Amino acid sequence: MPSEFHQKAHETLANANLQLAIFTATGRLKDKRVEAVGPGELPDYQELRTQANAIKQHAIDNLDHYLELFERNVAARGGHVVYCKDGTEVSDFILALARERGAHLIVKSKSMTTEEVDLNERLEHHGLESVETDLGEYILQLAHQRPYHIVAPALHMTRYDVAEVFTRRLNVPNEIVIEKQTALARSILRQKFLAAEIGISGANFLVADSGAVVIVENEGNARLTTSAPKIHITIAGIEKVIPRAQDLATFLKLLARSATGQLLSVYTSFLSGPRRPGEIDGPDEFYVLLLDNGRTRLLPDKNKRQSLFCIRCGACLNTCPVYRRIGGHTFPWVYSGPIGAILTPQFMGVQQEPDLPFASSLCGACGEVCPVKIDIPKILLELRSDVKKAETRDKQNRLEKLSFRVFAWLMTHPRLYEMAGKMLRSVGVPSIQAGPLRAWTSQRDLPPLPGRSFREMWRRR
Amino acid sequence: MSRDYILHRVRTSLGRSPSEPIPDPPPARILIPEVTLDARVASLIARVEALAGVALETSDPRAYIASAIAGKTVIASNSPYLAACGISSLPGVESGITDREQLRNACATADIGITSADYALADTGTLVMLSSWAEARMISLLPPEHIAVVPRDRILTGLDELFSILPNPAEQSSSMVLITGPSRTADIEQILVRGVHGPGKITVLVAP
Ligand code: SF4
Repeated sequence: MPSEFHQKAHETLANANLQLAIFTATGRLKDKRVEAVGPGELPDYQELRTQANAIKQHAIDNLDHYLELFERNVAARGGHVVYCKDGTEVSDFILALARERGAHLIVKSKSMTTEEVDLNERLEHHGLESVETDLGEYILQLAHQRPYHIVAPALHMTRYDVAEVFTRRLNVPNEIVIEKQTALARSILRQKFLAAEIGISGANFLVADSGAVVIVENEGNARLTTSAPKIHITIAGIEKVIPRAQDLATFLKLLARSATGQLLSVYTSFLSGPRRPGEIDGPDEFYVLLLDNGRTRLLPDKNKRQSLFCIRCGACLNTCPVYRRIGGHTFPWVYSGPIGAILTPQFMGVQQEPDLPFASSLCGACGEVCPVKIDIPKILLELRSDVKKAETRDKQNRLEKLSFRVFAWLMTHPRLYEMAGKMLRSVGVPSIQAGPLRAWTSQRDLPPLPGRSFREMWRRR
Repeated sequence: MSRDYILHRVRTSLGRSPSEPIPDPPPARILIPEVTLDARVASLIARVEALAGVALETSDPRAYIASAIAGKTVIASNSPYLAACGISSLPGVESGITDREQLRNACATADIGITSADYALADTGTLVMLSSWAEARMISLLPPEHIAVVPRDRILTGLDELFSILPNPAEQSSSMVLITGPSRTADIEQILVRGVHGPGKITVLVAP
């Protein structure tokens, strides 16, 4: 039976409109990136990649140190750091805080980390209103879909799809002009920003030496989310920490160029703690929730831990010939494309997602464009071998169980047991080593069989 | 809650022990090119214009703004530089607000927000704004149009120079924002639309 992954891939391949949409959008992003990192625009691109890789390697290899440093510096600026194992701990914290402060309305800026834990559903289940404010995410929230792409979440939708979603969910007249659709979203969301008690953001970087959260965006919704409400909560994976503010000179040059071909995104916010005495505006309370949610599982293996270097630029998706055909929703979790193919099986366990490491032609394009130089093809290969090992282990376990069942049955049927023993002695041990039990016997030494069985010897005594 | 559990997991997975010293991080990569002030001004203006912003150098920003704001509702920041330029006292300009709610309401209804900037970055066309008593966050964010008046000698070459002057921006302010062009989105069919949540129009005046 074809897996869900295969089935969805085929559906996407058969949908001509979708094929065109994905191919054009990723193609455009891809071309813009190539131009922005070219020798004319960024002559030291390769040096920057090498530096970015070295900093991430150092930060992840010493992650506990930098987490604690970050935590101390956030506290020194009057903020709070809360460590969360999983989505339940995240939503429990937010729900308790909202209850204490009497908050009902939450505005959210784009964050893949909150998608991981289905934060909106969890909060809305408890009666809070949690509104996505990035235009693409807002459309998807109304359409009840998850992001199609880590940078361009609604990449698969046309203006007609958006018009349909808006009329159905917002009760507005059909509007197919993109500028007007945008203006409509702006005016609805503006009211939410001004009324919300809590703003929830993600983070692109956590800066250890400053205790700061860095958020990169184009629309201004993240600035509003983090500055308009009285409470700002950041939710970030533990791997986002970098040592120094000065390292941003490296990362910021790479991130926007790799993502959309911009020199810098429109807004880069560097936020440390609540507003200070004298400052006119900004939040009164500042929390950073550091999420594990499976990340620590990636740390023990020295090579595979580089999967955590990812700065979510999306370049590997745009360049991947497989993603560009099968699209984002074919992937079983929030992360799609090459980075999804290596993250998801490691977060979930390879047995859970055995198809993913094979969703690649191993052409190597992803590794070449990655601004932090993650060796994605190599990790894919290692995961493939992990899948195979897990499959063999699985098969072995099944065979082992089967042979013990046969053995138990023979034991309760003495005649048959004796006959089986005679047969085995006449054909000899090598025969079973070649048969279906090979996988089992190849790992175990069997003693040579005696000429007569114990039962026979007992009878002849 | 799960602090100790997670830190313990991280440590054991990495093979480290509590408060074990770490090797030195790779040195930060800060390279500041030599660029004359005139060239920086020219680059800033070209970059802002490439982003569909308006940028120009003027010795009289007050006159420029006076004609640009005629008939509009305008809020200006408490920046002493704007006051010194005579901009805060222009007729029709509201300035001097120090209360958060009052400021927010004023920004939510204003057509134009006027600020200074702590620095500008020549090679990307970026304004650098640190939040303080002089500069509120909302003035460059809520009104549909933003005008920034930047003293010429505050124009830096780029990010490297910024982070060498401010190695730790958190020491100055709870918020440093880099603004590079007008607010924009391309979320629907990759079609560029300006002014989705922040200002759709941005003007950078380089002044003495
Ligand atoms: S793996 Fe590399 S290329 Fe892909 S999203 Fe992450 S940082 Fe970008």
